[in-house]
Amino acid sequence: MALQIKNDNYVWPDDDLSIIPDWVYTDPAVYEREIERIFHGPTWNYVALEAEIPNSGDYIRSNVGPTPIVVARARDGSINAFENRCVHRAAEFCRELSGTANEFVCPYHQWTYDLKGSLIGVPFRRGVNGKGGMPADFKMQEHNPRKLAVTSHRGVVFASYSDNVESFADYLGPEVLSEFEATFDGRQLRVLGHYRHSLPGNWKLYHENLKDPYHATLLHSFLVNFGLLVVGNRSQMLADKSGRHGVMASAKSDKAVSGDAKKEMRAFKEGLSLNEKRFMNFIEEFDSPWSVTMSTIWPNLIVQREMNTLGVRQIVPTGPNEFIMKWTMFGFEGDDEEMTRHRLRQGNLMGPAGFLGLEDNEAIKFVQDGMLGVPNGRHLVKLDPAHKTGTADTLISESVIRAMYLHWREAMDL
Amino acid sequence: MLDSPNNAVNDRRIEALLLHREIEEFNNAYAAALDESRLVDWAEMFTDDGFYVVISRENADRNMPVGLIYCENKGMLLDRANAMKTEMFAPRYLRHIIGNLQVLGEEQNGDIRARANYVVIQVLFDRPDAKMHQVGVYYDKFRRVGDRLKLAERRCVYDNLLVDNALCLPV
Repeated sequence: MALQIKNDNYVWPDDDLSIIPDWVYTDPAVYEREIERIFHGPTWNYVALEAEIPNSGDYIRSNVGPTPIVVARARDGSINAFENRCVHRAAEFCRELSGTANEFVCPYHQWTYDLKGSLIGVPFRRGVNGKGGMPADFKMQEHNPRKLAVTSHRGVVFASYSDNVESFADYLGPEVLSEFEATFDGRQLRVLGHYRHSLPGNWKLYHENLKDPYHATLLHSFLVNFGLLVVGNRSQMLADKSGRHGVMASAKSDKAVSGDAKKEMRAFKEGLSLNEKRFMNFIEEFDSPWSVTMSTIWPNLIVQREMNTLGVRQIVPTGPNEFIMKWTMFGFEGDDEEMTRHRLRQGNLMGPAGFLGLEDNEAIKFVQDGMLGVPNGRHLVKLDPAHKTGTADTLISESVIRAMYLHWREAMDL
Repeated sequence: MLDSPNNAVNDRRIEALLLHREIEEFNNAYAAALDESRLVDWAEMFTDDGFYVVISRENADRNMPVGLIYCENKGMLLDRANAMKTEMFAPRYLRHIIGNLQVLGEEQNGDIRARANYVVIQVLFDRPDAKMHQVGVYYDKFRRVGDRLKLAERRCVYDNLLVDNALCLPV
C-alpha cells in the first residue's frame, strides 16, 4: 500500500454517527483500505446471475470491488470465479463481456486457463532446441490466478476473497434474506438486458441513497405526482442486525396527497396524469406486503423490485470519487409477451435515463461535487434521533445510514 | 432526346433523391427539437403507434430488449416529455448531429426503412469540455401521414455502453 492511514488523521467528529466527515468519501487511503478490508474482505460480493451462464463453457466478465474477474460454468456444472489476470504478465486475458469458451487463452503469450481458472498451458515451456523456456522446477498448479469462494442462492451468484466468510443466509440475516427470497421466489430468471453507467461519486453514496427514504418523496416528483409513493403510505426502512444491509419497502396507495404534505413538497404538481395508464399498474406476483422493495446487500448489490420492473445493480468502485454501475434487468421464465412488455415499459422508472434513476445519479454527483469543493468538510445525518441506528418506522429518518456507518467504522477500524 | 426507358430511370432516381432529402430535413428538424428541449414537438414527430427505444449495442446484439428509454406509443413519448418538466438534473446544452443517412427500402405496408448515424454532444455549465454523450445508429421506419413523414419506429442503438452518469434527455 502506497498510502498509510494514521488513525489520528481520520477523526470522526465527536465520535457521533450523525455527523459524517467528508474524508470518508474522498480520501484515496480510505478507499484503498475499503478494497482490502471490505470488497476483498469477509463479504459476499454479487458477481452474476446464473441465468447469464446457463450452460457449461458460458462465462461473463465481472468484478469484485474494482478487481476484474471471470465467472464461468465448468463442464461439471460448477460456477467458478477467478481473477481476470494472467499469472505471467498480469494481462486481463478475457476481453469479451460474455460468451462461451472451452478455455481462456491470454492473447499476449497464449498462457491458457481452463473454465475453473487453472493454468493448463505455457507455450515453449521447455524452450526450443534445449535453450530458453521456463525454469525446470516451474509447476503450473502453483501458479493459478486467484480463485474466489463462490456461493449461489436462488440463481444469484456471489464471490468472496475470504474462505472464512459466514454462510450466505447468516450473512444476510433472517429479515433481509426473507426480502431477498420474496423477489427471487424460485422462478427461473430470464435476463432482459443491461444498463452500464459511470457515476462521479463515492460508491457508498449509492447505498446511502437507498437507505434514505427521506429523499424519495422530495427528490422524485414523479413518484409523488403519479401516486406511487406518498408520505403516509405504508412503508418500512429495514436494517439487518449488523447494520450493513438494508431494505427500503413501500406499498402503493391510491390515496391522494394530503394538503399538509403538498406544502412540504415543492416538486408537487396538481392534476398531472399519464397517457399510458398501464405504466403504473402493479401486477401482484410476489408473496410480500410491499409493492416496492430496494435491498442494499453489502457491499456491492442492490436488488430492485419496483412494482414489476426487476433488476440487480452491481457497484464497481473505480476510485474514491467514481464508480461504475452494472444493471441486469430480468423477468421470469413463463412471462408472456405482455408481461415482458409491462416490465420493459415500467423500466422507464429506473436506469440512467429513468424518471427516478437519472435523478438519483444527478443528486449523488452533486453531493461528491459539494465535498470536493470544500476541504475538511462534514455533513449531517441527524433525522430521527429517537432511533440511533437500525430499522426506522418512518420515512423521515436516517437511522439506517447511521447503522451502515456503525458497521463500516468497525470493518475499517476508523 | 431521352427515350422513355431512360425517362423512367431518371424519374426513379429523382424520386429517391427527393425522399432522401425529405428524410434528411426530417432528421434536421428532429435534432433541432431536441437541441431546443421542445420535447412535445419531438413526441409529435412519431405516429400514434410509434415505437421508440434507446438501447445499447450490447443488448441489441444479444436480442435483449431492455432500453434506457422504452416507449411503445406516442402517449408514452408525451408522458416522458411532460415528466421532464419536473425532473431534477443539472442544466445542460445538447447538440444532436445526424449524418450518413441511408434509405434502405420499403416495408410491405409502405413504411420506409432508413438508418443514420448520430452523435449527441453535451455541455455542462461548469465544465470547459463539450463531451460526446452518445454515439450510435438510428434504425428507422418512416410513415407518410397526410403530407408529412412521421416516425413509426426509431431504434437508437448506442455504442458507448458505459453511459456517463445519466441520459437526461432523449436521443
